[in-house]
Amino acid sequence: MTTEPVAQTGNALEVRNLDFYYGEFKGLKGINLDIAEKKVTAFIGPSGCGKSTLLRTLNRMYSLYPGQRAEGQINFYGKNILDPKQDLNLLRARIGMVFQKPTPFPMTIYDNIAFGVRLYESLSRSDMDDRVEWALTKAAIWNEVKDKLDQSGLSLSGGQQQRLCIARTVAVKPKVILLDEPTSALDPISTGKVEELINELKTDYTVTIVTHNMQQAARVSDFTAYMYLGEMIEFGQTEQIFMKPNRRETEDYITGRFG
Amino acid sequence: MEFNQSLYRKRQIANTVGLTLAMASMVLGLVVLMWILFVLLSKGFAGLDLNILTQDTPAPGTEGGGLRNAIVGSLLMVGFTVLFATPIGVLAGVYLSEYGDRSKTAELTRFITDIMLSAPSIVLGLFVYTLAVATMGGFSGWAGTLALSLIAVPVVVRTTENMLRLVPGSLREAAFALGAPRWKVAVMISLRAARSGVITGLLLAIARISGETAPLLFTALNNQFFSADMTQPMANLPVVIFQFAMSPYDNWVRLAWAGALVITFAVLVLNIVARVYFRDKKGQ
Repeated sequence: MTTEPVAQTGNALEVRNLDFYYGEFKGLKGINLDIAEKKVTAFIGPSGCGKSTLLRTLNRMYSLYPGQRAEGQINFYGKNILDPKQDLNLLRARIGMVFQKPTPFPMTIYDNIAFGVRLYESLSRSDMDDRVEWALTKAAIWNEVKDKLDQSGLSLSGGQQQRLCIARTVAVKPKVILLDEPTSALDPISTGKVEELINELKTDYTVTIVTHNMQQAARVSDFTAYMYLGEMIEFGQTEQIFMKPNRRETEDYITGRFG
Repeated sequence: MEFNQSLYRKRQIANTVGLTLAMASMVLGLVVLMWILFVLLSKGFAGLDLNILTQDTPAPGTEGGGLRNAIVGSLLMVGFTVLFATPIGVLAGVYLSEYGDRSKTAELTRFITDIMLSAPSIVLGLFVYTLAVATMGGFSGWAGTLALSLIAVPVVVRTTENMLRLVPGSLREAAFALGAPRWKVAVMISLRAARSGVITGLLLAIARISGETAPLLFTALNNQFFSADMTQPMANLPVVIFQFAMSPYDNWVRLAWAGALVITFAVLVLNIVARVYFRDKKGQ
């Protein structure tokens, strides 16, 4: 475990001695990690290393499935979200998530954005219009959809759908945005747009991204965590991880000798 | 790589045999279906006139008359059944797919639903007879509605559950990830995504109960006169067809065929309307 003292700003999330179980199988082993506020943190590692599992503990998505459980602590601005008394709906409204495959809801583009907002705020029609435009602008898709807000979200292309999903997450104004391989189902041009977007998002939000693509981690993130077989092998500033990793395993993975 | 000529020949022969058998089965099925439709159309149209809608079922041996009381009775009972069976069936289906999943209660519900699905309708009719008719003092439209509901609810439950299971889990997770509570995810996301399938299930149930005769024989019985009183015995198309078709009176037999045609077309029109409606929705 090589954790450098890296956080210049405060931490949005602090993971302490986190173990995760899928039934009997131990998916995460003693993870310790600080996720800095308003920075982009990337999780990299080979398939099955636990990076998505770690991401799904951060908004307790795993709680939907009986048999999955986490032990340890995850402090979200000082409050342990693994506490059984934690209100999960409220937590997920504050820690948003975007998935690997675009998941537009079967409703209009406008309602796709408004759905999440209506859960926790009651806005007037004109305020809601403003919020929808703001979120779609943030996700760099407003110009493409402004004339067809009443069309189904399913009518958009894959790349547009993914940006719609990002807009939907941004619209509820969360503190943290979790991205689970958000570009793995997209073409290179859409990928480029989403990556630009991630750079914009970090001015207002804390972003955590899981990616298979090391170049992507290098391009978009400030901090990188390398994971292998459920363990955190190395965590540090992205530049350091990619230029002069402290651990041999990290270097092997990054240089392509492994993984 | 060596090309195996004899293996390829064998495969070609197997393909030809399989294709021929499949085609023959299809032709057999279609011929029977066409035959039924042809007989229904030729005999049904002969009895079809405007009196069907304006006059009630005639007394034995008399001329003229129509099916007004039976059509209205059927509409009332099927209508009330849909009114009761839709919320019960859809909510139970939502429970099984979105809440219960593998719980004991859900497994038990599924088991009972499957038994109800395959139970002979005459048994359900007999059950309602002992439960409602024998104790409440007589045949009634409500008893008929109850019997039809017992048939419709399991159909709606199972199709609703199956359609909801086709909704990808990632869509639910996406809604949960926005902080939506479980009931909102179930109603506004899952059920909405499965909407056209659920409606198809409802139509199937309506088609099924429109032609059910056995359960109505024990419950709504029949009524020679026009009645919209659900607490009294009520005329309905299937029972009228059953009685009239087997009678020695030509006029009754004619009306029975007309009634069969009316049921078939009603179900057909309902299906077409629903399909057209949902095709437009999808194309938006």
